[in-house]
Amino acid sequence: MARFVLNVDGERHEVESDPDMPLLYALRNDLALKGPKFGCGLAQCGACTVIIDGNATRSCVIPIAAVEGASIRTLDGLGSAERPHPVQAAFIEEEAAQCGYCTNGWIMTAVAGLERNPNPTDREIREMLAGLKCRCGTHMAILRAVRRAANALASAERPASERPDGIGSVQRAQEGSA
Amino acid sequence: MSRVETSARTAVESPTPQRSGSARPRDAVAGDTARGIDRRGFLRGGAALVFTLTGGGLSILPIRSADAQSRWAAARDTDPTRLDTWIAISESGDVTAFFGKMDMGQGVDTAIAQVVAEELDVDVEHVGVVMGDTHLTPNQGGASGSSGCRQGSIPLRNAAAEARRVLVERASEKLGVPVERLRTQSGAVLVADDPGTRVTYAELIADGFEHELDWNGRYGNGLLVEGRAARKSPREYRVVGTAVPRKDVPGKILATTEFCHHVTLPGMLHGRAVRPPVANAVPVAVDERSIAHIPGARVVHVGDFVAVVAEHEWHAIKAARELAVTWSETEPPFPSMERLYDHIRAAPVAADNSVANFGPRRPYDPQPTLDAIAASAVALEAEYELPFQSHARMAPSVGVADVRDGEALVFSDTQKPHDTRDGIAKLLGLPPERVRVVWRPGPGSYGRSDADEAAFEAAVLSREVGRPVRVQWMRDEGHAWDPKAPAAVITCKAGLDADGRLTAWYFRAKGFSGWDVMFNASDPKDTLVGQLLGWPKGDAHNFGVPGESYAFPNAVKFWETIPPLMERASPLRCAHMRAPQEPQLHFAQECFLDEVGARAGVDPIELRLSLLTDEREIAVLRAVKELSGWETRPSPRTNAGGDVVTGRGVAINSGFGAHVATVCEVEVDRKSGRIWAKRFFVAHDCGLVINPKGLVATIEGNIVQGVSRTFEEVRFDERAVRSVDWATYSILDVMDAPESIEVVTINRPELPPGGAGEPTHVTVPAAIANAVFDATGVRLRRIPLRLA
Repeated sequence: MARFVLNVDGERHEVESDPDMPLLYALRNDLALKGPKFGCGLAQCGACTVIIDGNATRSCVIPIAAVEGASIRTLDGLGSAERPHPVQAAFIEEEAAQCGYCTNGWIMTAVAGLERNPNPTDREIREMLAGLKCRCGTHMAILRAVRRAANALASAERPASERPDGIGSVQRAQEGSA
Repeated sequence: MSRVETSARTAVESPTPQRSGSARPRDAVAGDTARGIDRRGFLRGGAALVFTLTGGGLSILPIRSADAQSRWAAARDTDPTRLDTWIAISESGDVTAFFGKMDMGQGVDTAIAQVVAEELDVDVEHVGVVMGDTHLTPNQGGASGSSGCRQGSIPLRNAAAEARRVLVERASEKLGVPVERLRTQSGAVLVADDPGTRVTYAELIADGFEHELDWNGRYGNGLLVEGRAARKSPREYRVVGTAVPRKDVPGKILATTEFCHHVTLPGMLHGRAVRPPVANAVPVAVDERSIAHIPGARVVHVGDFVAVVAEHEWHAIKAARELAVTWSETEPPFPSMERLYDHIRAAPVAADNSVANFGPRRPYDPQPTLDAIAASAVALEAEYELPFQSHARMAPSVGVADVRDGEALVFSDTQKPHDTRDGIAKLLGLPPERVRVVWRPGPGSYGRSDADEAAFEAAVLSREVGRPVRVQWMRDEGHAWDPKAPAAVITCKAGLDADGRLTAWYFRAKGFSGWDVMFNASDPKDTLVGQLLGWPKGDAHNFGVPGESYAFPNAVKFWETIPPLMERASPLRCAHMRAPQEPQLHFAQECFLDEVGARAGVDPIELRLSLLTDEREIAVLRAVKELSGWETRPSPRTNAGGDVVTGRGVAINSGFGAHVATVCEVEVDRKSGRIWAKRFFVAHDCGLVINPKGLVATIEGNIVQGVSRTFEEVRFDERAVRSVDWATYSILDVMDAPESIEVVTINRPELPPGGAGEPTHVTVPAAIANAVFDATGVRLRRIPLRLA
C-alpha cells in the first residue's frame, strides 16, 4: 500500500492503495463517485470512462500510479441539475438512458469527442462512440442526444441552416379504429 | 382512422425535467440509508387510510433503528386490503405511491405516477413512487412479463380512485356541501359553483382514517384490489396519455442515482467467488496460504462454494485470482459446440406441453397433421436453430448483505425482491419477515439473469464472517455463469395444395427447459450458490408455442424439453430471457411463413392477412404496411444487382396484452457478408397508452436489443463456457445500430394498458432474416445470422 495524490474534478484527493489498483476503485470506493461504473474491468465496455488530460479513458484498467498529477474529469463533476453540461442537457432532453448503467461512458466519451471535433457528421458521431456497450439498446436516443449536443455547442458559431439534421426516430400516434 | 403525427423533434422540445428538490416527494431509490430518518414519522397515523409524512418528505427506513428488537425495525404494513398500503399523502400534499414492481429503465414508475395523479387528481410532479422494498411495498411480483403497466398499474389506479372518493366524502362532511357539488383538482376538493371554497387533501387526512379495499387474495402479478369508486372515463384524462418526462432520467445523467452498486454498509467486506475451470469440477482442497500476502484476505469455503473476502475490493479481486484451489478431476460435461443441435435432436424428451404449465394441460396429436401434409400436393419442412444466449448485463451481478442476530438486510437489483426475500430466508433458515430485501437500480436485467446470484452469495458470506459483505461478480462470471436463454431446434412443416394454399401446419419446438432455473429466486435451489451448498436443482419444464390468430388448417403446435446438460450448478442452466422463449419461437414461425409464401408466390404481408383472424393483429399489420411503404410482391426480389443489395421482411407477435407488426429493411454486402438491419417500421397496439414518449422509447429498445440478439450466441466447449467477456460475446455496436426506427402506436383508450417491454423484441430476428432472404434469396435458419 502506498499513498497517491489524485486531481479529480479540480480537487485534490489522497488515496492509499496498491500501486497496481485501477483508478476506478479509488473513484468508486475512496471518493464515493457515482458516475464511473464497473462493467467489465477489461476496458471493453466503457462504463468506467473518465477524461484524463482531455482523453476519454477506461478507468477500470489504468493503474492509480499512472495517473498521479493528471487532470481527471468525471461525470460527477461535469455538471449539476442547475447547470448541466450541454451533453448532459441533451441526454436529459432526449431521455437517452434506459437502465442508465452505461450512460456514464457515452456521455464522457461524447464530451471528450466533441471537444476534439465540435462539428461532427452523423458518421463521425458513431465513430466517436464506437466500442461502447449498451445492453438495453438505447443507441438511437444516444445518437440523437449527441447530435443535439453538437448542434447546441456549434449553434453560436453557425447559422441553423448549415447544421446537420438529427438522427431521426419518427414518433407517430394513431387513434384506435375499433 | 385519424392520425396525429409528432416528429421526434417536436417530442424533444419538452422542457428539461427539474431534478427532484428537497420539497419534492422522494423516490425509494433516492432514499439515503446513511441518514437516520425517523421511522415513526414515516409511519405516523399508522392505522390511517392515507397517512401523513413529516415535512422532510419520504425516505427509506433507517438501516439502524433504536428498536432493540431489530436493527431496522418492523415492516411497514403492506396488507393489500389497506388503502394506505398503496397511497400516502404528506402534510405538504405530496403523494407517495407504493409500487410492488420496479422500473427497469423504461419509465414504468413515471407511468404509475401518471395513473395515480390522474385518478387522485393531483399534479403528477407531486407523486413519488416507492418501489421494490419488501418492507415498504406490497408483493406485486416485481418486474415480470411486461406487466408493470399491464397488471401493476391497476391496483394503484383503483386505490387512487378510491382514495379520491373517500376524500370527497370527507370534504362533503367537513364543508357541509353534498358530494354532487364537489370536484377535485390539484390535491384539493372544491365546491364546483364556489371554487373559492376548498379543502386540501392534506387537511382532510390530518387526523387519519381507515379504509379497506377488496382484494382478490393473490400476490404477485395477479394481485388486484378494488374499491367502490367509479374510475374516470378516458375522455376525462389529462395526465394519462401525455408525455410526462421520465422521473429516472436526470439522476442517471447527472450521476446522482444510487445504483445497487453504490450501496455500502458500515464494516462491509468485499467478497469474490472462485469458479471451477471445468464446469462440473468441485473444490477438493483450498490453500489459504496462497493468499497470505494479500492484506486482510481470507477464504470462505462452504459446501462446494469457494470465495474470498477482504477489507479492500482490489484485494478481494487479487485474492480470488491468486487463490490456489485443487479441483476434482471430472469428465467434461458438455457436447462440443458443433454438436449442440444434433444433441438437441437426439436427446430424449423430458417433458412436453401436455404437462400443465401456466395454463391447463394441452394434449396434442401430430399424426393427423402429418397425414394431411403427406396427402398434399407440396410438402415443406424446415428446421430453425437457436443458440444459448447470455443476458449479458452491462455489469455482472452485485449484492450486499448484512446477516446477523437472526436477521438479514439485503440490497439487490433483482427483478423480484419479494421472491428473493423468500429464497434468502430459506437459505439462511430465517422467517421471511426477518429478511428485508431492498431493490436498488442495476443494469438492465431482461429476465432471470444473474441479478439474484450475488445477493445470495453475499448472504452466505455475511453469515459466515459475521459482517456485511458486498459481492460483485466479475465480467467472466456474468457472461459464463448467468442463466442462459435455452437453445432449441424448431421444426416446421406445412402442406400446400396445387394452388399454393396451406393444407396443414406443424410446429415443434424442442430445446432446453426455460424453467431449468425458475423465473424467480424464491427457493435457493434456483440459485448457483444454493446448488453449490447442496440444494437439489429443480425439475421444471417450459418452452412454449406461438399464439397468434393464424387460421392454419390441420394445425399442431407443441413443445418438448430435453434434460439439462448438468444436474447442478451448470453455467449452461437455462432460464427465461426477455419475452421468455418467444423470440426463438417467432423466429421459426415467422420465417417459415415466409418460406411458405415464397413457395406459393404470395407476398408475405398478403399471406399473413389471409390467415389472421384477430382484428388487432390485422390492424397492426395493415398499419406497418402503410408506414413502411411496403411494395406488394413475393420474396425474394429478383432484380437486385451490385455488391450491396437491400430487402425487406415482416414479422408479427401478439403477447403480454399487445399486438405488434415489424418491418425491417436490410442492407447486405454480398462481398463481406455484412448484414445491416438498417431501417425498422413498427406498428404497436398495447391498448391504452399511458405515456406515448416512454412507449416509443421502449419500443426502440426492444428493436435494438433484438438486432443484437439476432447476431449473438454463447460459445462453449466440452469443459466450460468460453464466452467470458464482450470480445467473446459481442453485442451490437453503435456502428451497426439502425439508421432509423419509425413507430406507429395505435392508442385504444377504451381498453386497459397492455405490455410493451417485450412484444416488439420478439419480432426482430424473423423480420431481419426475412429481409435477408428478400435481398439475397438465401434463407438463414440459424441464429446468429451469418452469410459469410
